[in-house]
Amino acid sequence: MASINKHLGAVAAAALGLAYGLVFFYAPNEADQGFVQKIFYLHVPLGIVTLCGFMAGGVMGLKFLRTGDRRWDVRSYVAIHLSLILAVGVLATGSIWARASWGHWWVWSEPMLVSFLIVFLLYCCYQPLRFSIDDPDRQARAACTFAVVAAAFVPFNFAAVRMANAVTHPRVLGATGGSMPGSMRLTFLLCLGAMTLLYLALWRLELDRKTVAMQVRALRRSREPRPERLAEPAIPISRPPAVVAGR
Amino acid sequence: MPALPLDKAGIYVAAAYVVFLVLVVAYVSIMARHVARVRRDLAQLTDDREPR
Repeated sequence: MASINKHLGAVAAAALGLAYGLVFFYAPNEADQGFVQKIFYLHVPLGIVTLCGFMAGGVMGLKFLRTGDRRWDVRSYVAIHLSLILAVGVLATGSIWARASWGHWWVWSEPMLVSFLIVFLLYCCYQPLRFSIDDPDRQARAACTFAVVAAAFVPFNFAAVRMANAVTHPRVLGATGGSMPGSMRLTFLLCLGAMTLLYLALWRLELDRKTVAMQVRALRRSREPRPERLAEPAIPISRPPAVVAGR
Repeated sequence: MPALPLDKAGIYVAAAYVVFLVLVVAYVSIMARHVARVRRDLAQLTDDREPR
């Protein structure tokens, strides 16, 4: 398992190195934005992988609800946790790009930005919900139900934003494949592939860590001395004499 | 090979990539610390299990 993780991590690191090498040394500068557009190759793949991770968490949650297999709940939890962390990166890189391009860190009137923030805040509720329930079975059921409902919200949200009128944020990936020249498109697709590999490597890493930690916890619990049963009293406690009325 | 612009645009691009790098490195280092702790716990449990 650790060997697979190492290989996946190495492949992801190599793919990221290659992809971002192409970003800076192969892909041309965009005519309108110039060098700032290089953030696109980081921000957009990160956003796509994050949203796909949220949806994958929902699919895994659905698997748990159908099968009752706790491993799907753990997989769903790890996918959502990782996506939430990467979503911070999406928001941060997006803000930096917005500042460089538009002169503002955040534009509240832009549907793309606000919708992503809503998705982020929605998933911020996942962990408090999960860890507010002590019973493991109820916890898993509630968390997976949340994951399924929230994952269904993600594509709806994306579609609604696509239909809305863009204010400033560009709609890059159209039905026609966008207007990127071949070198830019190739670089973008490689960045997307590398980011997906990175996500998978980190997901496997955290999943293995979580699985082993749960096994250790279970082992430790099984070795803890159980509370001894109360010994039977040597002398049976006699009932108090019934009070006779009239005395 | 294009020269890396060190003007304002270059700083923003560098900032975005550094933020991403810091996020990933922080995540991996936290995970590595957790893995080390789990391994230590596992080793301790295994030692306790050894027949005396």
